[in-house]
Amino acid sequence: MQPKNSLVIMNNSSNQAILVLEDGNVFYGKSFGKIGTTTGEICFCTGMTGYQEVFTDPSYTGQVLILNNVHVGNYGIYDKDVESDSVKIRGLIGRNLEEKYSRPVAQKNLQNYLADNNVVAISGIDTRALVAHIRTQGAMNCIISSDGKPVEEILELLKSIPSMDGLELASTVSTKEPYITGQKYATKKVAVLDFGIKQNILTNLVNRGVAIKVFPAKTSAQEILDYKPDGFFLSNGPGDPASMDYAIETIKEIIKEDKPVFGICLGHQLLALSHGINTFKMHHGHRGLNHPVKNIITGRSEITTQNHGFGVDPEAIKQSENVEVTHVNLNDNSIEGIRIKNKPFFSVQYHPEATPGPHDSRYLFDQFVGML
Amino acid sequence: MPKDNSIKSVLIIGSGPIVIGQACEFDYSGSQAARSIREEGIKVTLINSNPATIMTDPMMADRVYLLPLTVESIEQILEENDIDAVLPTMGGQTALNLAKEAEELGIWEKYNVRLIGVDIKAIDKAEDRELFRNWMIEMGVPVAPAHTANSFLEGKDFAQQIGFPLVIRPSFTLGGGGAGFVHDKSELDEALNRGLQASPIHEVLVEKAVLGWKEFELELLRDNADNVVIICTVENFDPMGVHTGDSITVAPAMTLSDTAFQLMRNTAINMMRDLGNFAGGCNVQFALNPETEEIIAIEINPRVSRSSALASKATGYPIAKIAAKLAIGYNLDELENQITQNTSAYFEPALDYVIVKIPRWNFDKFKGANDVLGLQMKSVGEVMGIGRSFTEAVQKACQSLENDAIGLGTYNKNPAMRPDDLLQYISIPKWDRLFRIKDALMAGVSIKSIVDATLIDPWFLHQIKHLCDIEKQLIEADLDTLTIDLLKEAKRHGFSDLQIAKALGNKITEDQVYEKRKALGITRVFKMVDTCSAEFEAKTPYFYSTFEG
Repeated sequence: MQPKNSLVIMNNSSNQAILVLEDGNVFYGKSFGKIGTTTGEICFCTGMTGYQEVFTDPSYTGQVLILNNVHVGNYGIYDKDVESDSVKIRGLIGRNLEEKYSRPVAQKNLQNYLADNNVVAISGIDTRALVAHIRTQGAMNCIISSDGKPVEEILELLKSIPSMDGLELASTVSTKEPYITGQKYATKKVAVLDFGIKQNILTNLVNRGVAIKVFPAKTSAQEILDYKPDGFFLSNGPGDPASMDYAIETIKEIIKEDKPVFGICLGHQLLALSHGINTFKMHHGHRGLNHPVKNIITGRSEITTQNHGFGVDPEAIKQSENVEVTHVNLNDNSIEGIRIKNKPFFSVQYHPEATPGPHDSRYLFDQFVGML
Repeated sequence: MPKDNSIKSVLIIGSGPIVIGQACEFDYSGSQAARSIREEGIKVTLINSNPATIMTDPMMADRVYLLPLTVESIEQILEENDIDAVLPTMGGQTALNLAKEAEELGIWEKYNVRLIGVDIKAIDKAEDRELFRNWMIEMGVPVAPAHTANSFLEGKDFAQQIGFPLVIRPSFTLGGGGAGFVHDKSELDEALNRGLQASPIHEVLVEKAVLGWKEFELELLRDNADNVVIICTVENFDPMGVHTGDSITVAPAMTLSDTAFQLMRNTAINMMRDLGNFAGGCNVQFALNPETEEIIAIEINPRVSRSSALASKATGYPIAKIAAKLAIGYNLDELENQITQNTSAYFEPALDYVIVKIPRWNFDKFKGANDVLGLQMKSVGEVMGIGRSFTEAVQKACQSLENDAIGLGTYNKNPAMRPDDLLQYISIPKWDRLFRIKDALMAGVSIKSIVDATLIDPWFLHQIKHLCDIEKQLIEADLDTLTIDLLKEAKRHGFSDLQIAKALGNKITEDQVYEKRKALGITRVFKMVDTCSAEFEAKTPYFYSTFEG
């Protein structure tokens, strides 16, 4: 696609940066973080706290993130507020990205953190206009460039970014080697399939007194079963679930054990796919800390953290004989949770471990551990 | 649960005269509630002794009683009308106290009237400081060390035990009336006497003062099914020690990490669920120790308040309107977001702007009044600025104060003070502290010195310093040398054209600045307050202007 607006070559000395969208729209701002050029799929997150947890969430792999909250970086960077061992976002877009911060326990500022982690960012953007654009036009690829790259090169790059649709990313962020965590002498063992797991999911499981072995995304079913787990956990992660045949096959094998299975986000989509329910790419996804979900089994509602660009097909569930809906989104009635009839398998689209975000849904971990 | 159809007629109690500490916010909430209940086909009767209110306009209710807010008036209304339920949470402390008095006299029972939106036991637990403390301790929620005293000698004894600085808080008073800090022994006797006299039950709480901790407020809604949402989190610019009504406040919270925020959120939700059986709005205040990030609960108000009126404006979420619907039986997940009209009312608003509230004081009109700010509210009103940054919002708020201030940029009311005098001056919170902090920064006083003197969070001071940097650049420039980048930067940070003109000096006028920026294509854009950070299309938002690009 050719940009509609003509690109202006920037004077790099004035600290300028440029954001170019796949549909040709151009935004100018100030360079922040690493000086360079980055590409990815643009998405927005409406949460007002927990930026560092968001940056390190593996489900954001491949995404260039807009934070709607207008000040980001105010309380600095604290090494304990992470969801994985590295920054996963591909780029950051903000209205006011702050170098000055105040938090006595914090160790560094946002600028140095992004620069140290090779994240190219752009500040001073009219993020509200940009978000409204994405809301109406849908998710699309984009480029942030702050190194004075020639226009032709930016346009070439823009064409070369793969579409998120059909993209397999989980295996790139999964652990390379299996590892053991949790309570050493616990009587119950959980096998975790790591498609890009958030640290706080493991913490929530560990805190409930189970032993855990985390397996790489592409581990064979046999190797997982050899651990003799009492239950299986399917993690969150990035990318298109429909591109993960290997995981769907593994899940089909392990559910033959009839032991409890709990899936979150990507894990939820994979549980659906392994029961013949298809997934689809959403228009612009759900990302924030304020999404209302109703548990239609108990009648209670919960405020949830969400981060997904794909969803499971409600029509397919209606026609399914063995899958039923347990949770729905109160804003758009999308599917937020399912369970398999007469089987101990359930999953949710949102993040009950929520860091950042509300702790309303922690009961799902109790439910899972209680089933083991 | 859907609407309770047994309720056909509701009595709303107003807040009476507008006094310092309780102003028109209850007219706002009462009017919203009356409308909200009437649109459900329920008859509304209203009592308020103050005719100078919107809520007492004849079209607001089916029947309006302009009567003193006494139990006798209530009885008269109940005699003359067939009232099913009374909603006492819209008229502040005054209405709650009246409802409680009537309850104690058995009036509600006698006329078979249900109290909705509140639980009387909940009022006691929330408003009586001793009960509140015991309740918190029972729940495992940290509070400041304190003792309740019913006599002067008792109070003195406890003060010796706890040590200084202390707070003396009388039970059951409005807007912190009679409360005060005691920094050392010499101030104790007077503060104790004043506190005991201010309390209708001659009771005070002698409490350890957590000076310098940061203060936060959460505005919540709860329904009959125990669903709770946080509508707004407000951060006080002034640290603990200044009454919230007299504090400059900011939303959303600016310096709060997710871990600290979720701790507050969880604690507030547990408090609200444990408070008793009620549905409606509620406000919980916390203090946070910035060093350790531990929190203590300060208070809970089981009713809509001044801060919920602010939170409604700040987020677009009509708290009183929804609270009234919850009181008549609806649950949050059955109601729609009034702004988007196609998403749920059960959600937590996301903001993509900053609001700053600055109180408005009228010390000019109260000659001889003590203008030091403390635990007793002294402001007579407030202004709210909204912008795409803290700096823009604080400037707009300053521009709206209707005094001589032209934004935070230039305000020369006080004769120029030297840096040392300024530091001394701002160490005591007064109405013009914000302006003098700015003067100190302009004079080159370090942020660290100002933090030490005021205990204000350095993040805010860095932001104000940025305004000073822009102003200094403007002072250096004149109309011709003023660059487009600097002019843009100034407009984005809330400088008004007049303010820029004053900084440029040389008799440059507001019109000249306006013409220049128009010629350069720097014009305002309008943004929505839509409850959801543009995630959904809004049907009934309101707008504010700002500068982008």
